[in-house]
This record gives sequence, C-alpha cells and structure tokens, in this order.
Amino acid sequence: MKQIKIDPITRLEGHGKIDIFLNDDGEVANTYFQIPELRGFEQFCVGRPVEEMPRITTRICGVCPEAHHMAAAKACDAVFHVELPPTGKKLRELLYNVFFAGDHTTHFYALGGPDFVVGPDAPAAERNILGVVKKVGLEVGGKVIEMRKRTQEVIKTLGGKQTHQVTSLPGGVSKGITEEERKIIEEHCKWFVDFGKFTIKVFNDIVLANKAYVDLILSDTFSSKIYSMGLVDNNNKVNFYDGKVRVVDPDGKEFVKYSPNEYLENIAEHVESWTYLKYPFLKKVGWKGFTEGKDSGIYRATPLSRLNAADGMPTPAAQEEYDRMYKTLGGKPVHATLATHWARIIELLSAAEMALNLSRDPEITDINIRTIPTATPTEGVGIVEAPRGTLTHHYTTDERGILTKVNLIVGTTNNYAPISMSINKAARGLIKKGVEITEGALNKIEMAFRAYDPCFGCATHYMPGKMPLEIKIYDSSNNLIDLVIRRP
Amino acid sequence: MPKPKLALYWAASCGGCEIAVLDIQEKILDVANAFDIVFWPVALDFKYADIRAMEDKSIDICLFNGSIRNSENEELAHLMRAKSKVLVAFGSCAYEGCIPALANLTTKEEILKWVYKDSPSTVVTNGGVYPQTHTKMPEGEIEIPEMYEVVKSLDQVVAVEYYIPGCPPQPKQIWAVIEYILSGQPLPPVGSVLGAGDKTCCDECPREKKEKKLKNFYRPYEIITDPNLCLLDQGIVCMGPATRSGCEALCPKANMACRGCYGPPPDCLDQGAKMVSALGSVIDAQETGELEKIFDQIADPIGTFYRFSLAHSILRRKQP
Amino acid sequence: MTFEPKIIGFLCNWCSYSGADLAGVSRIKSAPNLRIIRTMCSGRVDPTFIIKSFQLGADGVFVMGCHLGDCHYAEGNYKTLRRIPLLKRLIKDFGIDPKRLRLEWVSASEGDKFAELVNEMTEEMRKLGPLNLKIQ
Ligand code: SF4
Ligand code: SF4
Ligand code: SF4
Ligand code: FES
Repeated sequence: MKQIKIDPITRLEGHGKIDIFLNDDGEVANTYFQIPELRGFEQFCVGRPVEEMPRITTRICGVCPEAHHMAAAKACDAVFHVELPPTGKKLRELLYNVFFAGDHTTHFYALGGPDFVVGPDAPAAERNILGVVKKVGLEVGGKVIEMRKRTQEVIKTLGGKQTHQVTSLPGGVSKGITEEERKIIEEHCKWFVDFGKFTIKVFNDIVLANKAYVDLILSDTFSSKIYSMGLVDNNNKVNFYDGKVRVVDPDGKEFVKYSPNEYLENIAEHVESWTYLKYPFLKKVGWKGFTEGKDSGIYRATPLSRLNAADGMPTPAAQEEYDRMYKTLGGKPVHATLATHWARIIELLSAAEMALNLSRDPEITDINIRTIPTATPTEGVGIVEAPRGTLTHHYTTDERGILTKVNLIVGTTNNYAPISMSINKAARGLIKKGVEITEGALNKIEMAFRAYDPCFGCATHYMPGKMPLEIKIYDSSNNLIDLVIRRP
Repeated sequence: MPKPKLALYWAASCGGCEIAVLDIQEKILDVANAFDIVFWPVALDFKYADIRAMEDKSIDICLFNGSIRNSENEELAHLMRAKSKVLVAFGSCAYEGCIPALANLTTKEEILKWVYKDSPSTVVTNGGVYPQTHTKMPEGEIEIPEMYEVVKSLDQVVAVEYYIPGCPPQPKQIWAVIEYILSGQPLPPVGSVLGAGDKTCCDECPREKKEKKLKNFYRPYEIITDPNLCLLDQGIVCMGPATRSGCEALCPKANMACRGCYGPPPDCLDQGAKMVSALGSVIDAQETGELEKIFDQIADPIGTFYRFSLAHSILRRKQP
Repeated sequence: MTFEPKIIGFLCNWCSYSGADLAGVSRIKSAPNLRIIRTMCSGRVDPTFIIKSFQLGADGVFVMGCHLGDCHYAEGNYKTLRRIPLLKRLIKDFGIDPKRLRLEWVSASEGDKFAELVNEMTEEMRKLGPLNLKIQ
C-alpha cells in the first residue's frame, strides 16, 4: 500500500490536507480530505450576550465576515422577535450584495478563473491573474484591483470596518447613509454592473468560444449528481440575504423548501474520527456514505446549486445569462462542477444589479433604521447565502438574551462531502497504474475542489500565484519514494 | 545589498490578518520589490521543507498571525522562531489570543462534547467518538494535529520581538510599520508594540465627553444613542478607555462601542482590570444595593472586558 | 499539616495600616497569614495588583481603607467601593471564589476589628483551601 499526502492544499477552518492511498496495483484505494483544526465558537459563545454575535462570529472567517455578520444579525432579529424598518433591512442587503460582487470577483479572476481564462493545460506559471491579464489585456488587472478597492470602500461606509463589520444589531443597523454617501455608492454600483457585464463577456469570448473548454466542463470526471441547495425569495428567485432554503433533487425536482426555523428537520451532520469537520447531509434522505444520487443525502451549496435550486435570477441582465447557461449546458439542473465558475459570475452580475437598485431606492437614506426590540428574547435561526454556501446560525438564550446554546452550519462545511467526493473521483480518474503522476494531473485534482472556492482560497486575491500543491508518495513502510510539487 | 528576507505565516487565524496585508492595495507591489518574500503560504508557493532547510536566523523579519490552538501551530511557531531574526506577533490572535481565546472560558472537553455529541444537528456515530489524532483506516493510518486545552498567544510558546495589535491591524498602520522598517532607522526596543498609538481609543474618538455620572447601563440594542456624545456617557459599555489607540476609533464612528481589539493601552498588563478601574470612576452610586443593581446591567463582564485579550491577560483562563 | 493560606493585604497608609499597627502594639493576637502591602490610599489599589496577587500565589486578597468620608484624598475610597464588587464579579467569572477578595473599612483606632477580620478571613480561606491557580 502506498500513501500520498497533499499538504497543505488550502484553508477552510485550518489547513486542509489530503491523503491518497494506492493499492498494490498502484490504483487509488481511497482518499481522505481532512480538516485539522477546530476553534469551538459554538461552545465558547455560550454565556455571551446574543447581540454581540454579529461582532463575534465575524472572526470565524476574515474572508467572508460579512456573511457571519448578517446570519448572526438575522438570528438575533429572530431571537428578539423583531421586525426591521424597511431601510434597516435594505442597508444590510446593500452591504451584502456589494460584498457578494466583490468576493466573486476575486475568486473568478485570481483563483478559479485562471484555469479557464488562461486554460487548464497552460503552464502553471501562467495560470494566475498575470496570465489572465496577458490573455485578456492589461486593462483587466487594473479593473480587478479597482473593483476590490471600490467594494471595500462601500463596505467600510456601511459596515464601519472593511474587515469584521460592526453595524448590524438586533432590529436593524447602527448607522444610516446620507444623500452624499448614497450618491457615491450609486456611482460605485453602476461601475459594478458594468464590471459584471464585462466579466460575462470575458467568459464568453474565452471560455465558451472554445469547444475544448466546454467539453471539459461537461466531462464526467468533473460531474456529480447530487442534491442542490439555495436560498430563494417568494418568487423562487435567487436571493443571498433572505428567503427560504430550497433543495432540488438530482433531477431538478423540488425536494423541500424550508424556513430557517425548520432547518433541524432537514439538515443533520455526520461525524468521522479522522477530521475535525462534520459532514452535513439531508436528514430526510439520510447519510449513506460518500455516494451520489437520489438516495444519498449529500448536497451541494454553491453558486451552481443556488441557480439549480431557483427558478431564475431576480434581475434582468443576470436572468438573460441564466437562461443562456442552461441552454448551453443542456438544461436544468447542471451537475458539472466546473460550471460553478459560470454560475458565480452570473451571481456577480446579479449582486451588482441588486446593489444598484438598492442604492437608488428612495427609502435608502431614511433615518428610521432600527426597531428597538420589546419582546423577551428566546430562540432564533438566521440563514443567508455565503458565497461558499448556505450559512445557518441558530441561537437560544435565557430571558436576558444571554446565549445558552449555539449551533452553526458554515458555508463551506455544506460542501465538505461533495468536495471530498470530487477529489476522490478526480484522483481515481487521473492516477492510474504505471502512469506517471504529472503536474497536469495534480492541477486537475486541484481544479475539482477549487471550483467550490473552499474558504480561504480567495485570500490569494490579486496576488500572482495560486495555492501550492504537494503530493508525497510513500511506500508501505512510509518511506518517501516520490515527491511532486506544483508550483504556481 | 541583498534585499531583506520577509516571511508571513498564519497559525490559528481567521484569514482577516492576511486580507489586511493585501488591503494595503497597490503598496503590496512595493513590499514585493523591497523584500525577498521567502514564505507566505496563503499567497505564494513555498513548503515547510523549504523553511526547514534554511539556516537559522536567515529570515530578517517574520510577521506571524493567528494564535496557538494545536500542536501544528506550536510546531510552526518554533520553526519560524528559529529561522527568523525578528519575529512579530501580528494581529490580535498572535498578540493576545483575540476572540477565539474566549474558548479559555470553557474546556476542550466541553467543546468536543457539544460539537460532536450534543449539538442538535449532530448525528452521533460510532458511539460518539471524537476526532482522534491517529485513526487506523482499512488502507492505513491517518493523522490530524492535537487540539490544546487552552488558546495561547505566540509569546507564550516562543520569544517575540514585537507586537502589532488589531483585529485586524488597520492597513494604514501595517503600511506605517513597513515604511519604518524600509527607512532603515534603528528598530525600537524589543517588546515594543508597533503600528498603534500610545494613548487610548478615547483619545482618537471624536465624540464629546462630559464628566461621567452613570446610574444605568444599557445593552446596545436597547437605546438609540446620540451620535455626537460619548457612548459610555450614554450608558453603553465602551472599551475605549481600556484600549490602545491606533484604529482611529472606527467602531464609535459607526455608532457602535469599542470592543477593545487594539489591546490594552501602554503600561497596562490587563485590559479587564483596567476596565474595572475605568468603570469604578464613572459610576454614580455609593450604596451596595444600588451598585449591585447597576453592575447587573453589565452583561457578561469577562467576555466584554477581555473580548480580545483573554489569553494574554494575567489569569489567562477560567479555572477548570 | 493544616493548610496555611497566603493572604495579601493592601492597607491604606492613613487608617487601616495604623489600625494594624495598633493591633500589633496592643499585642492583640491575629493570624500571621496576612502579608501587608502599604498603599497611600485604598483608591490606589489598582485592580491589576489584586489579579496579579492571585497569579503570584495568593489564596486571598484583603483590601482595607478608611471609613467612607474619612479618606485623606476625599474620593479615593469611593472608587474602591465601586471597583471591588465589580472585580469580585470578574474573578467569579474566572472561576475563582469571590470570597477570596474582601474589602473592609478599618480606622486607625480599630485594632481589635483589624485582628478579628484577619482571623475571619484566614479561617474562611482555610475552609476554601489553596487556590492552586492554573494558567495553562
Ligand atoms: S487578529 Fe482578527 S483578523 Fe487577525 S486572524 Fe485573528 S481574528 Fe482574524
Ligand atoms: S468611551 Fe467610547 S465613545 Fe466614549 S470617548 Fe471613549 S471610545 Fe469614544
Ligand atoms: S474601536 Fe475598538 S474594537 Fe473598534 S476597531 Fe478600534 S480598537 Fe477595535
Ligand atoms: S486614604 Fe485611606 S482610603 Fe483613601
């Protein structure tokens, strides 16, 4: 038996690590994707005042603190049974959509996108943002940096800090915006919409115009037929901030649509002794191990699954793209993991359009931004879509609003099982008896999980380069017999 | 002259500190020009083995973010210490434990029990076995690091030359430190806090302060505060007086109280003790019953006064 | 062997320290467990000193000052009056029995009271046992 270690690959809650075991024939016997760290937020938040949660749980992730800030704020609203004034809600949504547009941008251009834009078989040294710039033109590098700068500026205005926002609290937000601020934000949002359209064009010209890429997207190595999850509004359109969670089965039929406070009837988590992360699954289907299909409770919560789970996009330009994607890829639902990149930029455009609408909303500068809660705090669940998946915060408090129980199901966690399966499938497809393990093969294994944008991948932002990948091959007595390193 | 060698590392970190470094925007290119970046796992491809192979003290400066939560974090702390001339605890986690160190108010057993057994979504499998450092699978043995009983700051496991506070440190302050280093001026005395002021958050806060005579405290959601007056004067527990300046009072400017992420002010060993002193001076009551009633209105003193600095406080943890 | 608690006493120079002195001069018997640190005023006892005492091995901390109204710095002991109960709450949150911290007013003429309080506190600490603080 040989053992291959990929360490470290990327960061979720800790540095991810993959062990691949080969049997004596040199074929993949099994793969283990491990998460080596646990910080215990759910336990140490007990005893804290619930209204502090939007400021505490941001520290779960410095890449998407906005998502925790919002899920926590919504759970707080529920705990206090309080309705927000329309402007309070709209200000949160504005911040959140701007964040979504920014976050998806960095993933697409710096992390996942280069595989396509530059090409999966291009030399590794070019599969990065610099390669994208070379291929698409100098202008794009500047635009990506500007996009990040502008989104950060809006987030700081609305959230108080650009990383680890502070303005949401039970019943609304602490700070409104003036007409001057609104005007500036509107200008930014116009720019975001243009940028979204520009990104779609880049994708069209470079990826879709190339049949080889489309074939790669549709190839079996990168597909898994599982359930899709996503938040939808009253019209079953994609919504990032609010709504019900809808799950469609592998054939695209609605399986369930649940409100936040029904999540425990629908989601459960499986434990393994060799990793600190749990595996969420659909409770009503059950945990059947790492297998695909209708009988397995494994689901995906990604940009692609959100589009699969919804009937469409809430904004016109994004809707057009939505229709085109499904037409091109042979109808709904799409199970091709790599199509996640396409779905991501459709969401980017939609988030930008949503933000623009909100920035023009006549109510957005209203000064009534917060309702003071009067009911006794009890229990509540808040759900938002994080860029990396449905995010659930569930709090129970005593009558003073001091936390007695906290349960969290974090974005990327939803995808732990599908990512593990995608890695397994890619490894089996690419590591064969007698065939040398090449850097190309490694990159394709990496592509399988990079499509999910596992948290922290996006921290590379516009830095040239990508995650290092190191595969060590050991013989059965644990001697290192081969070392393959993928450099950026 | 060869460029100075720079390394960045994260231990138990949320990633926000790394983002803050990238948020110096275009200036990141100046950093890349001025330094030879030898290790930065989040952004560039270097392996632990590359570092191990280096001579001791061959890295000029290492910015280390994240706290020490498990055996892997500690191992890397020792490695970076050995290879670096100057080791900097970067950000609240490395400096003083930060929010994740509130875990020191509970125990490892309680955390594991909740996460892998009692949480309402967890399905107990294999009789409720917790994650193990070594697990034998049919194909062979696989390992994960050992989680520690308490969260530690970087200087509790290795010697540290400097500290940069903040959760995260503000990009402006990060750039100020880098500029200073690049200027070639002599480095400040070992043990200094860099990238921050030497006053308190209140000194940077634009809100108007009056002589405080507090009879009531309110939770932040209970009242709408006046945007021009000191929050503490209005009865909101604000950590400003017990917090080092440096962020330019970002939170009070957004109508939210400071929670202390820049750590204790100069010459203060314990942020919580400092806050007790500060509150002792502003409360207006003399009679025990009345005092106790006022204190009852302060929700969660330990989790508020030590929100960021528990691991580095004098007592460090709740007694098990 | 009986456990002999270590108690740190922060005594204000003007009243309580003189009270302790009086107890000594008058040969009033009191437990030898109190290690006295003289401060100019009880208001000068920074909460950090108290926490630090526990960290350095004290099983109890006793703060004594002038009676309210008698402080030589007018307001000093009012600050103490407000700080100590808040600090007691804090050390309780740290899992330390709040009885391990005590505040009393003792004047220069109250040698008897001083001795009695020290004996009481010593007995109380003996009952509670050693603190054995864990910081790792
Ligand atoms: S100090 Fe704050 S921003 Fe930095 S790693 Fe820790 S939690 Fe994240
Ligand atoms: S207590 Fe808070 S609000 Fe008041 S001056 Fe200080 S930082 Fe500003
Ligand atoms: S105001 Fe306080 S909590 Fe907010 S950023 Fe500044 S130091 Fe940190
Ligand atoms: S002088 Fe004795 S308490 Fe102030």
